[in-house]
Amino acid sequence: MGFEGIGASVRRREDVRFLSGKGNYTDDINRPGQLYAFIVRADRPHARIDGIDTAEAEKAPGVVRVFTGADMAAENLGGLPCGWQIHNQDGSPMAEPPHPVLAVGKVRHVGDPVAVVIAETRQEAKNAAELIEIRYTDLPAVASLTDAVAAGAPEVHDGVAGNICYDWVIGDKATVDAVFAKADRVVKLELTNNRLIPNAMEPRAAIGDFDTSSGDFTLYTTSQNPHVIRLLMGAFVLHIPENKLRVVAPDVGGGFGSKIYHYAEEAIVTWAAGKVRRPVKWTAERSESFMSDAHGRDHVSTAEMALDKEGHFLGLRITTLANMGAYLSTFAPCVPTYLYATLLAGVYKTPVIYCNVKAVFTNTVPVDAYRGAGRPEATYLLERLVDVIAHDTGIDKVELRRKNFIPADAFPYQTPVALQYDSGDYQTTLKVALANADWNGFEARRAEAKARGKLRGIGISTYLEACGIAPSAVVGSLGARAGLYEVANIRVHPTGSVTVFTGTHSHGQGHETTLAQLVVDQLGVPLSQVEVVHGDTAKIPFGMGTYGSRSLAVGGSAMVKAMDKIIAKGKKIAAHLMEASVQDIEFKDGSFRVAGTDKAKALHEISLAAYVPHNYPIEELEPGLDETAFYDPKNFTFPGGCHIAEVEIDPETGVVEMVNFTAVDDVGRVVNPMIVEGQVQGGVAQGIGQALLESALYDPHGQLLSGSYMDYTMPRANDIPAMSVATENTMCTHNPLGSKGCGEVGAIGSPPAVINAVVDALKDHGVRHLDMPATAPKLWSIIQAAQPRLAAE
Amino acid sequence: MYDFTYDKPGSLADAVKLLSDDMDAKALAGGQTFIPVLKQRLNRPSRVVDLAKLGLSGITVSGDKVTIGAMTTHATIASSAEIKAKIPGLQHQASLIGDEAVRHRGTMGGSLANNDPAACYPSAVLALGGTIKTDRRSIPADEFFQGMFTTALEQGEIITSIELPIPEKSAYEKFRNPASRYAIVGVFVAKFPSGVRLAITGAGQGGVFRHTEFEKALSANFSPDAIAGIKTPADGLNSDIHASAEYRAHLVNVVARRAVAKAG
Repeated sequence: MGFEGIGASVRRREDVRFLSGKGNYTDDINRPGQLYAFIVRADRPHARIDGIDTAEAEKAPGVVRVFTGADMAAENLGGLPCGWQIHNQDGSPMAEPPHPVLAVGKVRHVGDPVAVVIAETRQEAKNAAELIEIRYTDLPAVASLTDAVAAGAPEVHDGVAGNICYDWVIGDKATVDAVFAKADRVVKLELTNNRLIPNAMEPRAAIGDFDTSSGDFTLYTTSQNPHVIRLLMGAFVLHIPENKLRVVAPDVGGGFGSKIYHYAEEAIVTWAAGKVRRPVKWTAERSESFMSDAHGRDHVSTAEMALDKEGHFLGLRITTLANMGAYLSTFAPCVPTYLYATLLAGVYKTPVIYCNVKAVFTNTVPVDAYRGAGRPEATYLLERLVDVIAHDTGIDKVELRRKNFIPADAFPYQTPVALQYDSGDYQTTLKVALANADWNGFEARRAEAKARGKLRGIGISTYLEACGIAPSAVVGSLGARAGLYEVANIRVHPTGSVTVFTGTHSHGQGHETTLAQLVVDQLGVPLSQVEVVHGDTAKIPFGMGTYGSRSLAVGGSAMVKAMDKIIAKGKKIAAHLMEASVQDIEFKDGSFRVAGTDKAKALHEISLAAYVPHNYPIEELEPGLDETAFYDPKNFTFPGGCHIAEVEIDPETGVVEMVNFTAVDDVGRVVNPMIVEGQVQGGVAQGIGQALLESALYDPHGQLLSGSYMDYTMPRANDIPAMSVATENTMCTHNPLGSKGCGEVGAIGSPPAVINAVVDALKDHGVRHLDMPATAPKLWSIIQAAQPRLAAE
Repeated sequence: MYDFTYDKPGSLADAVKLLSDDMDAKALAGGQTFIPVLKQRLNRPSRVVDLAKLGLSGITVSGDKVTIGAMTTHATIASSAEIKAKIPGLQHQASLIGDEAVRHRGTMGGSLANNDPAACYPSAVLALGGTIKTDRRSIPADEFFQGMFTTALEQGEIITSIELPIPEKSAYEKFRNPASRYAIVGVFVAKFPSGVRLAITGAGQGGVFRHTEFEKALSANFSPDAIAGIKTPADGLNSDIHASAEYRAHLVNVVARRAVAKAG
């Protein structure tokens, strides 16, 4: 075995089974006697349900039962809960309208579940679903933010005036207004952050299983956090205590946030399994994914920066409308507030910031966290605004950033928007990125492209994000209804092999490799003798799952703490066996040594003694070598860095080609450089997708126009350039690993770099700003409109 | 999909009879459009007649024409050295359809019978002035394509092969829908001693069409410059979330010039 510890680019151990078709995903699981659920969904955005006739469907071949919202309501089941409460600026709580599992009274978006058919086969369930007659009275609907807040707009929920879920502020408006009043210059930008559909490769699926002998329920589901689902569904929806409910999230094929939330289908199959006393399976068809997975982004903002004569940032003032969709998804309210507005200082020492966010209900699919969650929206706004300031003031865009950076010696740095950054070095990531991207050689490349008839542009983004989510007391004070610690159980087996039970969940990130490397590093056990177990509430302690780039920084830290306990206990056993004082025992490279002697016991000798305690300090020490640690982080972590994009636009067609992409990120301690590079590449690919290709489009009345891959443009391999990915790391100062997280940096840092490059390419065409996605027809129209002006010049 | 009766006849006559006897029967070629349509329950045939056992695939070159069996896959056409030598535009076109999996199942005859307004092949067959051979007759390309998803085929009529005259030069240029990768505008240009034929797919509301103004100009001067000044009206062109009619009208010229340049 070669080097397998922290810093080794060990190949992902899970890939053999994934790439050879041996992954065990939810849809691969079939339970004896399993039935199939097909969910009838609203085909219209807003309507009153006048009646549902299921009689014909119930008589159809193979049908076991048909359920509607009324059936669930009759059992006093709860609605889908929201896990975060935001308060309005007047101190009152946000509007939190009911979110029934199956629609009751009204449907509020295309895709809203209305009824479920349980049948022997999927085909029979689907056939019967066509026999259900739903009588609707259509109601006026709103899809866009601006329509939803317009005077006289239709109300998505009765009694939620103006469709405002909450009206929230951070910062002191009077203070910020006073700064603006005295500023030498104010630069203003209005922009949208386009709505995205997550599109995990594996569609969501769920199997409810009911054990008729024990009365236990099991839910197999495509989740990023099985314990959270067990808590939410058991306690709030179905009223099943934890001891009677097991949630298993087996291999999961991508989540990007969309599989954090507790979805209706999970409650439906679990509840239905109890009703029909047989397992019930549901697997989304791709078109269902488009209309039922929580969407991402969808902001409209106005941003203003107050400046002095030299271009120093004096104050930032922002108003944002954030689309919540038709109902509050599990963590939706925190995304445009504590994951967004608290990031508006970015890497800059802007002294005062005010942000007002209005979260708005619309007749669209609920919106929640999607790779980056709030931070991409903040970064895009800020990094576009900085480029527009450079445009308006004539100050070089790199110089403008440099002069406003928080200096490397200013950490810990308290921002005006609640966060305290522990570490970072933005000048260095900028310097390295400029060198790696050959920034200074760009004008020659632009000229060369021009000779080929192409418009070439370069764009930069110097970003920061907050992840490693999160200190429980802090988020609790901000409205979280959950703790956000993480847990690890390290089980050293009698022969010295190790099983890690982690509360985090891998759905593509490579935890089975990365987390095992921590054990190699700390306990000196070879990788082949380490197993990582996750995703089953019956096996793992109560952990919070994976999102917010938290698995290593928080989950890995819990492992370190648990392994510290293993070593501490091992020292006591070693001291007993070697008749030495505990204080004299050192642990290194998998061996317990008596300091200054050649007496040593390997970990496997200690573990054997722990489980076969014949010669053992049984009076003072319990047998076994199995330790659990819960780790609650002291702060968020703050990855940051610099992304540089280079594009070429074909002026005849408006087609943008990504020609170069350079990322230099500060992610703290890197455990597996290859996996970090892959995570950054994947994030950047999603960022390029948002910037150039992806857009969830609704018509003004709430019909989803981009409801399939025929119309929703996913980035493909040939849309993504070979990219230069590097790290320049400063260590996180408050967790034992020094790691910050790398899962979201790509999606956070890249979109403004790409759009800044597109705007730069069009600088001779009078472009100051354009909204994502920068599609070919949009750019063609801009280029066409500029032709008369260019000709006149 | 809904239930249906499945047949896989071994003779053309049997296939024609199965399809002719039942107005709700449908033929299955490569299934790359038809199977997804069935899965989405957008079509409810009583019977599906699989054409896979009729021996309709293969490529032959004789004299001044290429004959392609209706069940020949895109992958076979894209990898055919003969097609590449005789009609390079067609070889290139086939290589741009769908993805690898689609190209290994999808067939030329199936695509032509479906006549999707954004499909690629109709432009090649129309520009080349090909002939669609069926179980009962020969249909010139100029008469075959009759508007969006509409052809001259009768109920139960099966395409057996496509005959394509070998041009002096040919090229296909495709401006893809970024999501579906179908043609937003696809232009096939073919230069014959008798003149130039140029067909456009993806753009027209009525499906594939010949651009006679371009053809006239290119017959006189086979160069991109010859058509640079010819504007195509946006009337009658498709407009959707991916491209307005005006944008398509503009692309028709750009893509046609690029096709001509590629043909050399």
